[in-house]
Amino acid sequence: MRAPILKQSQYLIASIQSALSDEELLQLRDDLARDVGRYRSRGVIIDVTVLDVMDSFAVRTLRAIAHMIRLRGAETVIVGIQAEVAFAMVQLGLTLEDITTALDLEEGLACLNRQVAGARHVQ
Amino acid sequence: MTTEIRSHAEARHTRADATDATAALLRELVAHLRKNRTQLREEWARRITESKLLTAMTREEIFAEATSVYDNYVEVLETGSVEALQAYARNLSERIIPRGVETHEVLGIVLLLRDVLARSLFKKYQADFALLNSVLDAYEPAANRIANTVAVGFVQERERIIRQQQEAIRELSTPVLQVRDRLLILPIIGVIDSLRARQLTEQLLRGIRANRAKVVVVDITGVPSVDATVANHLVQTVDASRLMGANVIVTGLSSEIAQTLVTIGVDLSKINAVGDLQGGIEEAERMLGYAVTMPEPPPAEVKA
Repeated sequence: MRAPILKQSQYLIASIQSALSDEELLQLRDDLARDVGRYRSRGVIIDVTVLDVMDSFAVRTLRAIAHMIRLRGAETVIVGIQAEVAFAMVQLGLTLEDITTALDLEEGLACLNRQVAGARHVQ
Repeated sequence: MTTEIRSHAEARHTRADATDATAALLRELVAHLRKNRTQLREEWARRITESKLLTAMTREEIFAEATSVYDNYVEVLETGSVEALQAYARNLSERIIPRGVETHEVLGIVLLLRDVLARSLFKKYQADFALLNSVLDAYEPAANRIANTVAVGFVQERERIIRQQQEAIRELSTPVLQVRDRLLILPIIGVIDSLRARQLTEQLLRGIRANRAKVVVVDITGVPSVDATVANHLVQTVDASRLMGANVIVTGLSSEIAQTLVTIGVDLSKINAVGDLQGGIEEAERMLGYAVTMPEPPPAEVKA
């Protein structure tokens, strides 16, 4: 099932509903890269709460998405990584070093608000 | 060829005879032990007290236990099955271990019983040396097997208790505590091995979700030594917490530990370290936006 992308004021929220196949992940990447420009979004949240497995392809794709979104001028926060998933990821050496992560959707929004506000101050 | 077959048959026959003879001797033995039960039991209890074994127990208790062990002993000799004795040994161990009875005491009393009974056999069969020999042949393997069973039962019970206690210590030794809203501390006391490191990380990750923590202070003041494995576990814990949206501050790295880590070349660039727990909590409060202010000092009294 394709992950729906919701627009919430100046942010996009990609809420993953079930385990994604590799094609669906790439589809999500393309959709997000397109929508972030179309809606002139300042931030993207990817909610992975329902995922109880994250393989290296998924992690690599998530990182690619975050890098792409940054080049399109917005920030990405990945939210809802489960404790078991986090533990398995570090054991496999998949640590998403340069990507912002947050506990859940609420935290992710707060995180984006801070980052966007910080960017404004500099202007 | 025929002779060979016959000799085989004879050998088997002799062996069967020997087994029958042993069984008969054991029956006789059991009858003897039953008849002299009171006297032998008292002799045994006296020897236990003399040897200063089971000092944690009273004379009456020793006598009561001696009676049970004696009866079980005779029963094993009679039936050849150690199951009942095994159950009894476990039960006995459960009762006496909390009272501080040591392994050498338990082994000691069983060996004493063996000796007491052997002496009584010497006395009974002293006239006929050949018969005494075959009685001992029947008695010794059974007696050794009993001593073995009791000792193994005792040690197994001890090991079970040790395992249970280790589990309890493990559970107790990794509390995840909330000191402020969204701020957890994880004080680690004692040696960290792989199993414990894993448990610790799991507990911390659960704590992060349950308390919606943003900052975690991991205090390792109580960890006596850190090697490459432990350092790796620390890095993994930090990474996993970050994936769940929490920042980790590590405190209490002593100068020796810091030196070791630098010498063995562990990559600690991702670890945010602060000198002590107080500093760590202050840093965490800053990250969360708390500001701790001292109350204004009361105005000095103006003297009229």
